[in-house]
Amino acid sequence: MSQSELGGPKGAQFSSGSTFISRFKMGIRHHGQECSKGLHEIFRAPISSFMTIAVLAIALALPAGFHVFLKNAQMVSSGWDNATQISLFLKMEISAEEVEKVQNELKNSVKIADVSLIPKDQGLKEFSELSGFGEALSFLDSNPLPDTLVITPTVAHSSPEASEALLIELQEIPEVELAQLDLQWVRKLYSMMAIAQKAVSALGVILGLSVLLIVGNTIRLAIQNKREEIQIIKLVGATDAFIRRPFLYSGLWFGIFAGILAWILVNSSVLWLKDPVRNLAGLYESQFRLSGLAFVEALQLIVIASFLGLLGSWISVGRHLKDIEPT
Amino acid sequence: MIQFNEVSKRYPNGHEALRNISFTLDSGEMSFLTGHSGAGKSTLLKLICVMEKPTSGQVIIDNRNVGRVGRRKIPYIRRNIGMIFQDHRLLFDRTVFDNVALPLIIAGYPHREIGRRVRAALDKVGLLSKEKLHPIMLSGGEQQRVGIARAVVNKPPLLLADEPTGNLDPELSAEIMSLFEQFNQVGVSVLIASHDLSLIARLPHRVISLKEGRLLEDNNEVTGGA
Repeated sequence: MSQSELGGPKGAQFSSGSTFISRFKMGIRHHGQECSKGLHEIFRAPISSFMTIAVLAIALALPAGFHVFLKNAQMVSSGWDNATQISLFLKMEISAEEVEKVQNELKNSVKIADVSLIPKDQGLKEFSELSGFGEALSFLDSNPLPDTLVITPTVAHSSPEASEALLIELQEIPEVELAQLDLQWVRKLYSMMAIAQKAVSALGVILGLSVLLIVGNTIRLAIQNKREEIQIIKLVGATDAFIRRPFLYSGLWFGIFAGILAWILVNSSVLWLKDPVRNLAGLYESQFRLSGLAFVEALQLIVIASFLGLLGSWISVGRHLKDIEPT
Repeated sequence: MIQFNEVSKRYPNGHEALRNISFTLDSGEMSFLTGHSGAGKSTLLKLICVMEKPTSGQVIIDNRNVGRVGRRKIPYIRRNIGMIFQDHRLLFDRTVFDNVALPLIIAGYPHREIGRRVRAALDKVGLLSKEKLHPIMLSGGEQQRVGIARAVVNKPPLLLADEPTGNLDPELSAEIMSLFEQFNQVGVSVLIASHDLSLIARLPHRVISLKEGRLLEDNNEVTGGA
């Protein structure tokens, strides 16, 4: 420490600090250091950190798990999606020409996308093949089945209300004996799933809030443990931003680890259920396979978790750091 | 460097720590602050480093009224004041080097500069060989010197010391005082609060005495330093 470096004999002067560029460079380096220090901090108390992360992961895994469940339910039922069909059972006495006439009229309707005819003979054949009553049916003198028109409404008219209205309209046609809306229950299932979707979103919000609170509380404890250190650092001229940084990084790391653990929890549960579900699907002659969180979804989960971790620690640091002043 | 204009400090509990204090410490001056415990020495130092704000009057440090400084500006004032405490206030989970480097890291010095300055400061207090140790492995006198190295590492123009020799034997105390005199000789203003009157009497510096929060005596004629 030479005399020239410290200023003239009149006494040293207050300085405005280091240059902007050196501060900027140091800032970046410092961020890197704090980032790894935050990680270090988590590993310093591995058991309590792990428990915190596990609690966070469970809070995240619940909505994520329900999301996966709904996603799979939608996949199962997606084959039924455009299955809103109306079966028109025509009167027995109608001739083939009249059937064709009705079919053509219906084809021209703007509400109807497609009309297909199942002639009574074909209907009987299919029925005897699929029902297992083949033997018994051969004893019948005449075909008991009517000609059937299968109507597929346009997309605009396949909502439950519109298809209901169409059903009533079709019922009015004189040649029609009975109009039946098929798979109305699919629609009901869909609206139930829509409700479930909303419930999952609400659950997600509530559990996201709990993640904020858990991270916030963990960071609050960390701040209290470092009370003295914070006082000392403030005394030697640390800004609030400098003190805040390591806590924000630990919050971020908590979020990242919790996100990864939640992803592991969800996907291992899916893995565990995969075989039984495949067996069940096999019994229904379905090719359905249970799928877990896709890569992008897992990434989203981790990003959301780390954001929540950061936000939780931000709120906590903002609230508690101001209380600690050097004495 | 330091100017007190009719400064009073009353704590929220009603205790009146300082009453109507006025004095000036010039740039490059070295001075002692004495008085019994409870006379207001610590409060006076706290007003300088903005740990407390005056109830009335002005505390002017480097032409700036620190009583009016906003919260966000306080760290930048403290970076120009090296503070030394009786209880050292070291971070026990870090090495001696890291403790001394703290003010430089906070101020954003380049990495190489930090190493150079920390070693220069540790060399100055004679602890260069112990940079890798933790403070807990050092004696009381050595810990105090780590505290001094930390206070001077960023070459502040002002040094404040609160009972720096409080727990040390006379020989070590004299060593520490001579360190302060060396810093003063290169232009640093030094204000040392101490009740070690026998030690102060041996040194040719200005003495500001406080009693029950009032300025009792200020032998401004005997000025030390450069």
